[in-house]
Amino acid sequence: MSERTSARVVVVTSGKGGVGKTTSTAAIGAALARLGDKVVVVDFDVGLRNLDLVLGAERRVVFDLINVINGVAKLPQALIRDKRLENLYLLPASQTRDKDALTEAGVGKVIGELREKFDWIVCDSPAGIERGATLAMRHADTAIIVTNPEVSSVRDSDRIIGLLDAKTEKAERGECIDKHLLITRYHPWRAARGEMLSIDDVLEILSVPLLGIIPESEEVLRASNLGSPVTINAALSAPARAYFDATRRLKGEQIAMEIPSESRGLFTKLFGRKAA
Amino acid sequence: MKLFNLFRSGGTAPVARERLQILLAHERSARSEPDLLAVLREEILAVIGRHVAFEPDKVQIKLDRGKSVSTLAVDIEIPNGSRVGGIAPQYSRLTLDGGASSMNKQVA
Ligand SMILES: Nc1ncnc2c1ncn2[C@@H]1O[C@H](COP(=O)(O)OP(=O)(O)OP(=O)(O)O)[C@@H](O)[C@H]1O
Ligand SMILES: [Mg+2]
Repeated sequence: MSERTSARVVVVTSGKGGVGKTTSTAAIGAALARLGDKVVVVDFDVGLRNLDLVLGAERRVVFDLINVINGVAKLPQALIRDKRLENLYLLPASQTRDKDALTEAGVGKVIGELREKFDWIVCDSPAGIERGATLAMRHADTAIIVTNPEVSSVRDSDRIIGLLDAKTEKAERGECIDKHLLITRYHPWRAARGEMLSIDDVLEILSVPLLGIIPESEEVLRASNLGSPVTINAALSAPARAYFDATRRLKGEQIAMEIPSESRGLFTKLFGRKAA
Repeated sequence: MKLFNLFRSGGTAPVARERLQILLAHERSARSEPDLLAVLREEILAVIGRHVAFEPDKVQIKLDRGKSVSTLAVDIEIPNGSRVGGIAPQYSRLTLDGGASSMNKQVA
């Protein structure tokens, strides 16, 4: 474990559903842990939890975030330690449909306790702009805005950026929340043909600094099938390398941005499943 | 033309980019202040409603948000004898076209 300075609370958010928030939370959480930090990933998607599944911990969930908030369980009872990485933990969401159980004071208290124990608290936001999403971002120091290079995703990201600048504790204190853009499901060959918004288009429209570009890859699907984040399961694959680079940038390292290239896309297309 | 350009020219990404830029410019300004066009629409209808009785479903409002100029077109069908407290006008159609700021009163 690294020497702890102060914990960082990161929200992984998007507005639009299905863009890759949960995948990215798991991949970046595992990458941070592999780089030596103590990490907890927190699922805020009450009623639709999936982070447990992506991390392969679905059969080990006993208590969840809402149980901790309600005082049914103590925090250490609800935390699940990853079987592969000893400094990676999961705090699962509840499958109960009662989203109101997530109270602002309760979430604040749990985040406060987690800050004492971890270097990184990575919060997987639900889609939308409702309560679950605003509570997930509420206590964040840093936001990772997950965007696909596609019109509705970019529009929703813009909306989320507005919320991050208005509704977070940091914003209300008059401070600026630290924002990073993570472009996922990027198809190099489509971008090259002008069939998909380019990285420059997205950056110009949203004007948030770029954390990384994750290519569309079957490795990601394979990793979630196996319940192992791509940064553990296929650490040398293109998406995993992109996630590791993004993670290092999140930690403040300066790393040249690699735009997934068309040749790799063509390579994938020509030589099929193994390449990406 | 290079092969690359040939590919690009068929791409729809530039259209996506243009549409997003226009839309987000409006949505961002609407976040900080109430939507100007929406305010105009409400107030114009209120003013007209003070002078003539019109049926809400006889009002057509068209909005076209452009990059530098937007137009709000309000088309209201006013039946005869609908004047609120006064002499009834002939059957009229009142058209307010926001973009060109023209006002036509046509007497049918
Ligand atoms: N880089 C990628 N390449 C291929 N598939 C991907 C990639 N990223 C995400 N996916 C797939 O996209 C789907 C949605 O991903 P994910 O569940 O992470 O999105 P989400 O934003 O968390 O969704 P929700 O809003 O429903 O919570 C999943 O099937 C996932 O495996
Ligand atoms: Mg999710």
